[in-house]
Amino acid sequence: MKALWSLAAQSLWSRRLTSGLTMLSIALSVTLLLGIESVRTGARDSFSNTISGVDLIGGARGGSLQLLLYTVFRLGSATNNISYETYQHWAEHPAVAWAVPYSLGDSHRGFRVVGTTEAFYKHFRYRRDRGIEFADGRAPSGIFETALGSEVARALGYTVGQKIAITHGLAGDLLQHDDKPFTVTGILARTATPVDRSLYVTLEGISAVHVDWESGAPPMPGEEIPAEQLEREGVKIEQITAFLLSAKRRVDALRLQREINTYTGEPLMAVIPGVALAEMWRTIGYGETALAVTAFFVLIAGLLGMIVALYTSLEERRREMAVLRAIGARPSSIVMLLVAESALLTVGGVAAGLALTYAALWVAQGPVEQAVGLTLTLGAPSQLAWIYVGCILAAGVVVALLPAWKAYRNTLADGLSARL
Amino acid sequence: MTDSPAVVLDQLRFGYKQGRDILDIPSLAVPRREKVFLFGPSGSGKTTLLGVIAGVLEAQSGTLRVMGEDLRALSGAKRDALRGARMGYIFQLFNLLPYLSVRDNITLPCRLHPARAARLNGSSPVAAAEALAAQLDIAELLDEPARDLSVGQQQRVAAARALIGNPELVIADEPTSALDADHRAQFLETLFGCCERAGATLLFVSHDRSLESRFDRALSLPELQRSAA
Repeated sequence: MKALWSLAAQSLWSRRLTSGLTMLSIALSVTLLLGIESVRTGARDSFSNTISGVDLIGGARGGSLQLLLYTVFRLGSATNNISYETYQHWAEHPAVAWAVPYSLGDSHRGFRVVGTTEAFYKHFRYRRDRGIEFADGRAPSGIFETALGSEVARALGYTVGQKIAITHGLAGDLLQHDDKPFTVTGILARTATPVDRSLYVTLEGISAVHVDWESGAPPMPGEEIPAEQLEREGVKIEQITAFLLSAKRRVDALRLQREINTYTGEPLMAVIPGVALAEMWRTIGYGETALAVTAFFVLIAGLLGMIVALYTSLEERRREMAVLRAIGARPSSIVMLLVAESALLTVGGVAAGLALTYAALWVAQGPVEQAVGLTLTLGAPSQLAWIYVGCILAAGVVVALLPAWKAYRNTLADGLSARL
Repeated sequence: MTDSPAVVLDQLRFGYKQGRDILDIPSLAVPRREKVFLFGPSGSGKTTLLGVIAGVLEAQSGTLRVMGEDLRALSGAKRDALRGARMGYIFQLFNLLPYLSVRDNITLPCRLHPARAARLNGSSPVAAAEALAAQLDIAELLDEPARDLSVGQQQRVAAARALIGNPELVIADEPTSALDADHRAQFLETLFGCCERAGATLLFVSHDRSLESRFDRALSLPELQRSAA
């Protein structure tokens, strides 16, 4: 047996160009398979870690997916707001540790404006334990102050101290609240989450830009309430859009959710972000299946390449088989020799593929996290990855049985008199 | 057992296809240590007879004893083991695995069959290969890849491989027909010397009857066949 393995290795070495290319094609399929697996895991982790430490997201009754989309991903819009009193009721609930209100519905040059409080900068977490930090400046505290998400600042080239106008609604620049410009007081550090794509103002700021509007239309010229007057007199917060809650004890989250859903003051709903995110991932997760299927076919192509390489070498190796027979090799040893060659090619290919995968992950980790906020983990291969590796090794041996069978037939037919 | 004849055939019939016998030999016996020259025209079944004696081809009827073993009663694996441990085989051409060195080609039978290595009288396969290489004048080629050798060198390496581990029977299928006259004579002398030292029986097939006189006995295959009798 040992003799056959070293014979297989020497035979492969003598055909090192073909062997190398075969190994390379297997290595590339392994890299693709494991790489996709890593990106998939990373994508799911990044996705479900868009928001952390929040037990419940509350808002006006509607679709839970919609609530998730406009609170976490800043997509779509709420059909209804809820009253500020209702929010305060839940924020002061004895089981609640902290609450963050969101007042949505306005935009600035395509970026959403979020009205919120100090609690957002203090409590908001993403990717498990990372909080909001400022790259420059500070959180808005006055009515006409705003902090920018890093993407907003980068895309629009804004800096601290700049004055900007907020647009009513999300469509475009049709109705500008340009009688009440906001001053940029800070720029948030990059989070690689939707947080980067919003502007943050105070709840009062959102109320202030709407205070003199009638039925969603801007005030007639001459009827504007001057910004200075608002700052002096203060504004009353009447509505918010949604809120994030953290329970003092996690076990209270479910009870709180039930309480919110059955609240009699006004129709509300609450979703558990983890559950809702998982549901949403299932909906949009078809892409990962497509990737996995693609990788699977690449692997099949790699293995086919190996069969072809072994199979085509058989004709020119008939003589070699006859020599082995002459020195007492059994026909089954010839089969073993070919299976051993294939096993060595597969093991080499898989090993090279693993090395290539880790090298690629190591190189790409930083840049990918910077560019798209995808955390590629460099840990030990996942259980699924090991299953893939095991299947590839098994497949490498199984597919070798085809050329081995052909060699077996040749051997019996040729005996010691192989055609030259 | 070593006094049993090297090869005994009795009423042996073999054909690749049913009813079309290539070999039909009433009787043949080759004593131990004899050097037999077997000749016959192309297509007369010389290589087939060697295949049957080597245990690669299975006769359809008759008796065949090789070194005392009833070959027809042995399983395929046992025949392969017998060939691997106690016989040496030399082809006309392409005897070597091109990707192995000369040394690895010579020691290959010992690596494949431990029983072959056990016949080395205590020396290692490599030492045995070096000793044979010295006798065959290929010592300086031991580290060369087999594919780089000339035909004459290849045949001497093939002889060394056939002779390692002192086989009891050496079968050579036209081993000299690719060599020129000078090398042919020299090769034959060396082969004879090695076989004598190993105490091996030599079954040598050729159509070149000019070599015949050097052997103990010459046999014409067509005359061995029943149709000729």
